[in-house]
Amino acid sequence: MTWVLANLGLIWARTLDHVVLSLPPILLCFVIAVPLGWLARRYRVSRGIILTGAGLLYAVPSLPLFFVLPAVIGTGLRSPLNVIIALTLYGVALMVRVVSDGLDSVDADVRQSASAVGYSAWSRFWQVELPLSGPVLLAGLRVVAVSTVSLVTVGAVIGVQSLGSLFTDGFQRGIQAEIIAGLVATVGLALIFDGALVLAGRVLMPWTRKVLPAKPAVLLEGSAA
Amino acid sequence: MNLFASAIDWILDPANYVGLNAIPLRLGQHLVFTLVTLVIASVIAIPLGYLIGHTGRGRSLAVMTSGGLRAIPTLGLLTLVALWVGIGVVAPYVALTVLAIPPILAGAYTGFEAIDRRTVDAARAVGMSELQIVRKVEVPLGLPLLIGGLRSATLQVIATATLAAYVADLGLGRYLFSGLKNRDYAEMLGGSILVILLALVLEGIFALIQRFAVPRGVSGRPGPAATPARTPRPRNRSERTAVVR
Repeated sequence: MTWVLANLGLIWARTLDHVVLSLPPILLCFVIAVPLGWLARRYRVSRGIILTGAGLLYAVPSLPLFFVLPAVIGTGLRSPLNVIIALTLYGVALMVRVVSDGLDSVDADVRQSASAVGYSAWSRFWQVELPLSGPVLLAGLRVVAVSTVSLVTVGAVIGVQSLGSLFTDGFQRGIQAEIIAGLVATVGLALIFDGALVLAGRVLMPWTRKVLPAKPAVLLEGSAA
Repeated sequence: MNLFASAIDWILDPANYVGLNAIPLRLGQHLVFTLVTLVIASVIAIPLGYLIGHTGRGRSLAVMTSGGLRAIPTLGLLTLVALWVGIGVVAPYVALTVLAIPPILAGAYTGFEAIDRRTVDAARAVGMSELQIVRKVEVPLGLPLLIGGLRSATLQVIATATLAAYVADLGLGRYLFSGLKNRDYAEMLGGSILVILLALVLEGIFALIQRFAVPRGVSGRPGPAATPARTPRPRNRSERTAVVR
């Protein structure tokens, strides 16, 4: 505890580093995954290629990817860009499947009704299909956010500073409190990101807020899962 | 791409096939470590998952624990346990077993839950005992999802075993860290390529096993490639996919 109190400045600085490394992948992967997920759902051929590619990409362990990326894109070994790009790739790998599942979950009748009242394919996608698959996308994005925040720490072993630096430093100097502080801060940050996403979901998808008065307890349990 | 050429040279260099740092030896360590961790985690997680799936009790607790464990960074757990028990192979075993349990547990109980209740009721109606229902109905029908859970646990352990080389003299990850220390990029890149290949090969093997794990006469099961026609609870389904993948 004394270590934590004496090093609040350090913990705060590493937390900020952590946010800078984890926020871009979460946002970028969503932007990239939406068109890819649409493509994966639209054509049989593209579906096979995209979903297989995403599955293989997701299977690649993070630490080796941090080492391989510099050789592929020419960044420096200790560049934060490696971490950001690698985690964006993982996010895309996971979200592509979620987007395609989410679009699948939209009722075919709703889709046809939208066409019948005059939506073009383009506006139907943006105004009907995407908002209606929102809850599925949100669930996927929450998974991405939590795992991204956790994976950023791995970058510390190649020298990219984040809350993970508290683990490597605490391990090398034998300070248990430092590692525990890092663990608590990382999990806390993941919870904050998760909460922010849930809140954003409530604001952007007001219709999901409507709780049936009959069984509020069951619904609450469902949203917690 | 002479960086990759030098990495391939490093992989093929005969000097890396002798002694205590030989590639086959490191690969073997990596595999044995992964296998032992998975077995320990399975012995704990599969019976527990089956119990939760069959009785339906303790489900929310299991969901919460596995969700919470996902947020815990592996490196933190690894270094903390290493400080407690000292440098060596014990810390990685403990840390990785803890990390491998949630996906296997989720695979076991979601496998049971995905079974049509009418199938289970029918088994009960024809006079099967509870134990028979578990053994002859729920276990075979839930197998694809359980293997999905084992698949993601394996990937996670392979990845984290690489990281475990930070606290123990173990597995292919050693090349990454010793290369980093000696500024030998060929060694780092060569080691990384080996780990990635290993992960992809295991992923392919599991994909095949999962395909063959579907019992005969059963089709259109909601596995990882869920059929679009079945959309009873889309929200849950996507979450399940996310956990199992």
